[in-house]
Amino acid sequence: MAAIVSRTRSFVPPKSFRTITESAPVRWTLTAIAVGFLSLFLLMPLIAVFYEAFKKGVQLYLATFSDPYAIDAIRLTLTVAAISVPLNLLFGLAAAWAITKFTFRGKSLLVTVLDLPFAVSPVIAGLIFVLIFSTTHGWLAEPIKAWDLRIIFALPGIALATIFITLPFIARELIPVMQAQGRDEELAALTLGAGGWRTFFHVTLPNVKWGLFYGVILCNARAMGEFGAVAVVSGNIKGKTSTMPLYIETLYMEYQTVSAFSLATILSLLALATLLLKNFIEWRTAKSARH
Amino acid sequence: MSIQATHISKTFGDYRALENVSLTVPDGRLVSLLGPSGSGKTTLLRILAGLEYPDPDALGRVLFHGEDVTDLAPGKRGVGFVFQHYALFRHMTVEKNISFGLRAMPLSKRPSTDEIRKRVNHLLELVQLNGLNKRYPSELSGGQRQRVALARALAVEPRVLLLDEPFGALDAKVRKDLRRWLRTFQEEIQITTIFVTHDQEEALELADEVVVMNNARIEQVGSPQEVYDKPKSPFVIEFLGNVNRFRAGDSHHSTAEAGVLYVRPHDVEIQPSGATPHQQAIPAKVLHIFSAGNFARVALERIGTHEHFEAEVPRERLRELALEQGHTVTATFRHIRLFEKNGFIEDTNLLAP
Repeated sequence: MAAIVSRTRSFVPPKSFRTITESAPVRWTLTAIAVGFLSLFLLMPLIAVFYEAFKKGVQLYLATFSDPYAIDAIRLTLTVAAISVPLNLLFGLAAAWAITKFTFRGKSLLVTVLDLPFAVSPVIAGLIFVLIFSTTHGWLAEPIKAWDLRIIFALPGIALATIFITLPFIARELIPVMQAQGRDEELAALTLGAGGWRTFFHVTLPNVKWGLFYGVILCNARAMGEFGAVAVVSGNIKGKTSTMPLYIETLYMEYQTVSAFSLATILSLLALATLLLKNFIEWRTAKSARH
Repeated sequence: MSIQATHISKTFGDYRALENVSLTVPDGRLVSLLGPSGSGKTTLLRILAGLEYPDPDALGRVLFHGEDVTDLAPGKRGVGFVFQHYALFRHMTVEKNISFGLRAMPLSKRPSTDEIRKRVNHLLELVQLNGLNKRYPSELSGGQRQRVALARALAVEPRVLLLDEPFGALDAKVRKDLRRWLRTFQEEIQITTIFVTHDQEEALELADEVVVMNNARIEQVGSPQEVYDKPKSPFVIEFLGNVNRFRAGDSHHSTAEAGVLYVRPHDVEIQPSGATPHQQAIPAKVLHIFSAGNFARVALERIGTHEHFEAEVPRERLRELALEQGHTVTATFRHIRLFEKNGFIEDTNLLAP
């Protein structure tokens, strides 16, 4: 016992520890800049949202959520996410699978197209859909009128714009994971007599589950938060085509600050939950990688 | 189950991986595909397994026991394939890995859960990994993973076992043990086995028959002794074991082109300088002596032409000679092989002055 104590006492950090890091003033300055920057641009706005929301008391905060328009906005946002996330889940999986496991003509084109939503301004993306589906001047105006469809200024248009904007998230998350894993496990399953579906559900999918989950939560966060593209295609009709971000803006413009910020707390909480989940997933993947 | 491949060609874009290769492997044999990287050996193995297809315009066919399997999917050929990096299912336990092929069978053929468990345990016993059922691949050593991969491939009772660089990723000691183990294992279960390797020692020690490949073609097929003692081309003699090469001199002028002479280091005998000169003896200077192991390797330089060569000398002989760096000696060649541009000529005693 005594020996152990004396050994811990005599512990001196090896010199190399000290020489490989920067000097203390440099370290402190860099840390201070990083923390200061984060507080100013991330923490303060977050606090401001909650402060403004609760400024006039919990009663008023809760009152926001009995506003029927607010409820409609929340419902619409949830509906849009419920449509666009599963579709992009399917598309992202298929695209990542095709890109990483096969070689085919037009593969690099597909990779480029995947990044398009990141490169195009959301407002332009919205305008593209108006140009195509508008009943007055859209390219497909005739068939849309003939079949009595409503796309622009309605749920289908909002869903389309959201799908477009959130298209890359899942595929982008999966491609590096699948690339790193290679094709050998799938080929092994093939030589053991497993068919395509069995191989996919028992070999491919379990191997990418955490990457997939991560992509889904990012995709969901963006689908619920999208403003620009949705603003263009939805027409922002209160109670009908106004999503949460759009309704928050409307409330703010009408000087209903408390209601605007109260609704904003929901989106902020979504962001926080997303970050927490992201950290959890990174911890899980690090753990399974160490295995 | 005998394996036959006929006129197999394979190109990847502009790259020619196999050029009109034909091969027959009799039932129950352990055969090695040996060659440097890029020689096409792995491509040939994958074509046998059905993981690649031969070029469709060529006449390439793969027959198992006389039955054409060229267009059959890998899962329907009855092959067990062991991948170079094992390709174990990382999220499944050892038990699940091994039983994967059984569980993937159509319901009519699938054994009962009880039967599957019995078979898994039997296989684990066979590969000497009893009790590791619940481990994950990440919790196993390289050698253990290799054996799990083998058990997984054997679980579906394949007619043919194909192994791609089976010992490539293991360290030297484990590699040697596993190599011997595979040898006895294969003798026991008598399954036709083909393995790919770039390690000539591995091929010579393990295989009944060695297929030496180079540059998309088969250079020579034969027993280890045959390919080592009777190489058919300069490539084979240079690839299998160490060899010294000398330019054939003008004294041999049956053709305009000078050939190449090859002498194995163990066919070089060293004698004190001034020993009876004859046609197969040349004067040489000792450059270096590497004396670790049973045999000492002596690096020599031929006086006059400055060609470097090596001799393998038993340690006792080395002591007798009392060799030292810088000494001049007479090197005698017990066995010389001559190759000319158009192939092997003869075992010869001709040596340029």
